[in-house]
Amino acid sequence: MAEREQVRRSAPRETESPTPVDATGEGATELKAELDDLLDEIDDVLETNAEEFVKNYVQKGGE
Amino acid sequence: MSRAVAVHKVVGIETEFGILHRCDGDSNPVAASSMIINAYVNGFLCQRVSWDFEDEQPGTDARGFNEFDALAPEIETHLVNAVLTNGARYYVDHAHPELSTPECSDARQCVVYDRAAEEILIRSMEAANNLLPDGEELVIHKNNSDGKGNSYGCHENYLVDRDVPFSRIVTHIMPFFVTRQIFCGAGKIGMEVPLVEREPAAFSDRPFQISQRADFFEEEVGLETTLKRPIVNTRDEPHADTRKYRRMHVIIGDANMSEVQTYLKLGTTSLVLAMIDDDFVPEPLTPLVPVAALRQVSCDTSLSGLVELADGRRLRATEIQWEYLEMARKYAQSHGLDAVGGDDVGNDVLDRWEAVLAGLETDPMSLASQLDWVAKLRLYEGFAQRHGLDWDDPKLAALDLQYHDLRPSKSLSRRMGLERISTDDEVNEAVSAPPPTTRAYFRGRCLDKFGDQIVAANWDSMVFDIGTDPLRRVPMLEPLRGTQTHVGSLLDECRDAAELLRRLGN
Repeated sequence: MAEREQVRRSAPRETESPTPVDATGEGATELKAELDDLLDEIDDVLETNAEEFVKNYVQKGGE
Repeated sequence: MSRAVAVHKVVGIETEFGILHRCDGDSNPVAASSMIINAYVNGFLCQRVSWDFEDEQPGTDARGFNEFDALAPEIETHLVNAVLTNGARYYVDHAHPELSTPECSDARQCVVYDRAAEEILIRSMEAANNLLPDGEELVIHKNNSDGKGNSYGCHENYLVDRDVPFSRIVTHIMPFFVTRQIFCGAGKIGMEVPLVEREPAAFSDRPFQISQRADFFEEEVGLETTLKRPIVNTRDEPHADTRKYRRMHVIIGDANMSEVQTYLKLGTTSLVLAMIDDDFVPEPLTPLVPVAALRQVSCDTSLSGLVELADGRRLRATEIQWEYLEMARKYAQSHGLDAVGGDDVGNDVLDRWEAVLAGLETDPMSLASQLDWVAKLRLYEGFAQRHGLDWDDPKLAALDLQYHDLRPSKSLSRRMGLERISTDDEVNEAVSAPPPTTRAYFRGRCLDKFGDQIVAANWDSMVFDIGTDPLRRVPMLEPLRGTQTHVGSLLDECRDAAELLRRLGN
């Protein structure tokens, strides 16, 4: 249990800001390249008329 | 070790899918949903067996009374409604195609069937689109909101002990439900206006929230699912022996694209419900105002906000989850993990639960391959930055829909590198074969083998027509009977339903 306690108490979150996406430091360049590749692919498959698609997307409530 | 008396957590998920009919004129979502299901049933199944509504009583309330003014869910018996050979139910509910997975004996198995449900919808969509004229298309989304104030559900079901006072369930599941969204949320852009006026929760940062569903909950406890939605739903319809069981019907969850999240959602909730069955629970962590706390947590992607509890304490959502996790670790040691499907799945859920809480506290972005809301946030931040967009740009709203798009050529979530729990082979198998470890095995195998002699089926019975006699109903009141171990060789041996019924002694 000791290890878990340590994990849990380690982060005084109030003073931290949310982790930014463009974090610098080790691995950040690699992560950025990976995100760039993903964004390239997303650009290719994105609905062509986004505004129209969003406007027409109306669902009836369910359950 | 104390003897665990918790009821085995048999689980299932029912998902209402978003549906869009792209055509020139007006389209009717009920007709579109029927088209989707009929295309599958007619295209892929030899026999078509209908659902049997004999035993459905969705208006019965777990608190022991029927609220006369409560709006009981309406059963639409005239709409297409089929039972599949994998034991699932596939039907039109209101204006959506809905698929209820077969009963599963643990969280991991249910992830496979949830993913199989997606595969069934994909095949349905492709079959239906082949029948439509050029220029028309049916598009299915696995999401919970259209971004315009309309929501539809992804409900979970868990078998619980009838003898446990419902008030104990409410007390201990409420704080868990208010906070589990930090690892169960599918994420969405913006906020949707609810039916009642209330103070809006404030976004901690960007106009993005953790849960698709939090905006739509207005009550703490209740029977409704379409209006005044409650955090704890009281529908008391066990679809099993009513003297022994309740079915905990959970309507608070999001439909997840991430398998890790579906797994964690089912696994942790099963654990907490087993602990409640065994009365092994932490001091109550009840939020002072649960409905407000639910929205507050959803809007706080910084995860730093404090939830005010009824006893005056103020805890972060992660801290409330750590309390449950620590109790669950102790529960595993003292009672074992049989109630959630055994040590393998139970310990894996505990370890992943711990890892995800630690990740949320130290570096949420490290969970981008595990949690939908984090994957979305990372994608939208990057996309907005690349194209110089504000958060209210319709392109981002389009991304937020397309993340859930089930078309393989369009799905964004399938391009995000999300970690898998299931394998493709398991999912393909689960599209047509039932889980071997619950009564769904009996249902599915019978449908596959004797489909032309089955008149109707539902969760807890099947009706056979063997020609000579009156219709024969076979009750299935025990969710863990009728498994492969129980009836596998019997079903292999029987040549027709008459022989099966004779040998079952029915």
